[in-house]
Amino acid sequence: MDYKKAERVFSAIGIFCVWFVLIFLFSIAVKLFIDGFHRIFDPKFYISYPSRFPEEAGILSAWVDTIYIMLGAIFWSVVLGIPAGIYLEEFGGKGKIARLIEANITNLSAVPSIVYGLLALGIFVYRFKFGESILTAGLTLGLLMLPVIVVTTRESLRRIPRAIREGAYALGATNYELVFHHLLPYSLGGILTGVIIATSRAIGETAPLLTIGALTFIAFLPPPPWESFIEMLKSPFTMLAIQMFNWVSRPQEAFHKNAAAAGFILLVLCLLLNSISYYLRYKMRKKYQW
Amino acid sequence: MENLKLKVEKLNFYYGAFHALKDITMPIYERKVTAIIGPSGCGKSTLLRCFNRMHDLYPGTRYEGAILLYPEGINIVGQGVEPLYIRLRIGMVFQKPNPFPKSIFENVAYGLRIKGITNSTELKDRVEKALKDAALWEEVKDRLKENAYSLSGGQQQRLCIARAIAVEPEVLLFDEPTSALDPISTARIEDLIVELKSKITIVIVTHNMQQAARISDFTAFMYLGELIEFGPTEKIFTNPEKKLTEDYISGRFG
Repeated sequence: MDYKKAERVFSAIGIFCVWFVLIFLFSIAVKLFIDGFHRIFDPKFYISYPSRFPEEAGILSAWVDTIYIMLGAIFWSVVLGIPAGIYLEEFGGKGKIARLIEANITNLSAVPSIVYGLLALGIFVYRFKFGESILTAGLTLGLLMLPVIVVTTRESLRRIPRAIREGAYALGATNYELVFHHLLPYSLGGILTGVIIATSRAIGETAPLLTIGALTFIAFLPPPPWESFIEMLKSPFTMLAIQMFNWVSRPQEAFHKNAAAAGFILLVLCLLLNSISYYLRYKMRKKYQW
Repeated sequence: MENLKLKVEKLNFYYGAFHALKDITMPIYERKVTAIIGPSGCGKSTLLRCFNRMHDLYPGTRYEGAILLYPEGINIVGQGVEPLYIRLRIGMVFQKPNPFPKSIFENVAYGLRIKGITNSTELKDRVEKALKDAALWEEVKDRLKENAYSLSGGQQQRLCIARAIAVEPEVLLFDEPTSALDPISTARIEDLIVELKSKITIVIVTHNMQQAARISDFTAFMYLGELIEFGPTEKIFTNPEKKLTEDYISGRFG
């Protein structure tokens, strides 16, 4: 009878942990929602620039810059990360060097983000002279997302059975045809999931952006990319998390409400991204069962 | 007298340091079914996978000797020969059905598409013909757009055969094609193989001696990486020359 008791204790601990985490997350969301309530439902909050008057301050420049920067980050990390993942998994060989690279890429995703900020400051800002710009911010966050995307690309490729690869090769397919007709389509769900998870991690980053020189007060928007793409890339930037950080550090109570509202929006954004990735994974699992 | 389609000459094959095939010499005759039998680990699948250079996909493998493909007599395992070119002429059906997670139609059309056939009427005609030749057309003609994984195991294997014959290969390799199937599906695949030999040279690896006896014209018996005996199936099964063959056939080991 002893083992039954032990099992009950074990599941009680498990349930307690789950609820602890859930309640913790839920109370943060509720607190942000209550504190920021007036601003969250205030349309002016979304179409105003920062201001020294808390009631007039808004997150227009923050969310527009966030979109530009994240699009840039997704672009760089996808363009570099997916081919790197495919190469390492399919064609890179399985020798010592391959294993060393594999271990280091996994380690990279555990490197503190401030280190990426320092790297970006040294390379993108000072060496390449990209300045404290949207381009630099996108590259920095892209770098941060890169290891996650490489790792998830490899994992979703690994789920495709060897028999599929042999089947394609036996019909006379080339490596190129194997990748583009089979491996990529079948692993797309997993890869997209990785991209979205990496995005939701990067969107809330502050430390590396402060390092490369994010501004906390921007009262203008970058020129729209369809008018001048280069000027857009060169324009200075802020982000939602940066804006929030700035408001929290103000002494006035009213700014804290703005911070809570911005925080709530960030939280909703992350939850939304994660649910999309969850949904995609579910759909793809159903579509490709081996 | 039968025509030679393939001729294996002093073939040696290595997985790294492991000497998996030792000095194999045997003929494969045109439009006949040749069965390769032997206990597990004797190298029969390894030999089969030399015919379409499947081993090239994995590092550390090495061929020595020759497999000549007629009428031209090119050496399949020769250095300068492109495996892709060989695989377009020599098709393969695997142990477990491995259709692509695409529609039934796309599975059969795939080999044609990568060969560069884009004309949709031609594709349609050739897919239909391949499915008919694989005795699957009647069962799938109304559901060509459905995913191949909605088919049963036996149907999936026939789909894989249709996929392989759609590109009209000269030789078709079967690697224990019925070991994952029930007896009824097995019988249908066996009938199909016998029908196919009017057009295609067939090499089949099988664990099942009755299967080899039922469908093959020639049988090769392998043991520990060596070819012990090769001859007409009837002779191998009724009056083998070697003691080892007789012991295996009569179920004394293996």
